[in-house]
Amino acid sequence: MLAVKNIETWYDLIRALHGISFEIQQGAIVALLGSNGAGKTTTLKTIMRLLDDDQPEKGTIEFLGKRIDRMDTEEIVRMGISYVPEGREVFPELTVMENILMGAYTRKDRKGIQEDIDGILKQFPILDERRNQQAGHLSGGEQQMLAIGRALMSRPKLLMLDEPSLGLSPLLTKEIFTIIQKINQQGVTILLVEQNVNMALKYSHYAFLMENGRIVRADKPEILREDDDVKEFYLGIATETSIKGYKRYRRKVRFR
Amino acid sequence: MFEMLLIEGLAIGACYGLFGVAVAIIYKTSDVINFAQGEMGMVATFVAYHILTVYNVPFWIAFPATMVFAILLGMAIEFCFLRPAKDPTVLGLLIITLGAEMLLMGLAGWKWGAEQKDFPFLLSVTKTHEIAPDLAINEWTIGVFTLTIIIMVSLFLFFRYSKLGIAMRATQQNVNAAKIMGIKVERVFSITWAMSSLIGAIAAMFFAARSVLDPNFMMEPFMRAFAAAVLGGLTSIPGVVIGGLIMGIIENFFGYAWPEWKPIVAFVVIILIITVRPSGLFAKHYIKKV
Repeated sequence: MLAVKNIETWYDLIRALHGISFEIQQGAIVALLGSNGAGKTTTLKTIMRLLDDDQPEKGTIEFLGKRIDRMDTEEIVRMGISYVPEGREVFPELTVMENILMGAYTRKDRKGIQEDIDGILKQFPILDERRNQQAGHLSGGEQQMLAIGRALMSRPKLLMLDEPSLGLSPLLTKEIFTIIQKINQQGVTILLVEQNVNMALKYSHYAFLMENGRIVRADKPEILREDDDVKEFYLGIATETSIKGYKRYRRKVRFR
Repeated sequence: MFEMLLIEGLAIGACYGLFGVAVAIIYKTSDVINFAQGEMGMVATFVAYHILTVYNVPFWIAFPATMVFAILLGMAIEFCFLRPAKDPTVLGLLIITLGAEMLLMGLAGWKWGAEQKDFPFLLSVTKTHEIAPDLAINEWTIGVFTLTIIIMVSLFLFFRYSKLGIAMRATQQNVNAAKIMGIKVERVFSITWAMSSLIGAIAAMFFAARSVLDPNFMMEPFMRAFAAAVLGGLTSIPGVVIGGLIMGIIENFFGYAWPEWKPIVAFVVIILIITVRPSGLFAKHYIKKV
């Protein structure tokens, strides 16, 4: 449903994405993995058109067969892509309820909005309890749930999550991932950016590995999990410290 | 005498408050202090004057026409001067508003001249109504109170319950997140400037009715309203109005007791309060949790 072809994104004179291509199939949970500075967040921001107006510099992005790489963010939201940014970014001085309402900003059908609000409050009972509190006073996990709930209010076909586990305890991380799985089962395609490779591989159907602005691996999680490099560098379960760790630059997987 | 001074002080304070709200609305959305606010109000008042005296239309037509002009003026200034600024800093935008201020003042001086004029306002300062024994209120005061209350209540309802109002608050708090929600933030800024210009123009007309009309007449009210807004805490709209009321009362009482001290006493009080509470009396603080 989403096809990214050869996009290049520049921050002034620095090329952050060196020609990235990938496709996402309807109904899947797809993970985009990689270390800091690999370009994962930039990829999502490029898709959402949150960067400068002339980015991506090259390449095309198609969503449901339509090119979206020169559309406004607002139109992209209307088309059915929703984005949960890194660090949650709720509106701190709005109440939980108002935050959720803002998620439905692009919609006009009052009745449908009310139904969806009820649905989301049922799915996240903690938000129902705190519906009239300021969002800034919620805990990190609650804010993450609010951010996800808010993103669902636009009835997205594709939900993009940027590090939903950031700053959360292992237990909460697990809960968030279970929620993501549930949302997926309701028919929403999910693109997930994660540092927590272990968790992401457990819950996703397909994964892309990014390094230095390039996609270096693309495979099913079962296969990636068994890969020696992935094991050593991302999962940290190598049996002995190999020379690879020190000479990583030599072994860097090159652009396909 | 005491009641008279109090009411008079509250009335002028409400005017400061109203004008302060105009400044605060823009400050809240974009962290920019709009130094052109006074001159925007001044130009709108001149337009009202022009419509009233040159075309000789009744006040109830001139007033809405001026309101429409004020809205368009606010949007135009945002669109022509602030929006084209690429990757602007707050300081840069602030200087832009200063430039707009001088431009507007020059335009007004060129079109209407620098000599002082009487602004034929509907509500006069001299016509009074006795509401209680020994207590007379002039029409102007009644007008100020009514309009301030109407504007405050509608602002409250607008920001609290309307989708656009909530979206404006959301944009204030987090522009990027607002974009992600599909809010057209540029339109929000445009509407902000329109609202601010409208409220500023109403307040400016009341100021003009009290003093005289010339291209400089908003300088001092702007400074006082701005000081009052800082006193109340620029981020809280009710706080700004209360700051204005405090300012008006202090000024009026001291003005009665020591007339020669009237222009500065309010500023002295403000400096004292700001040293104790730097963010203003009613500012809300939000510290981001990580």
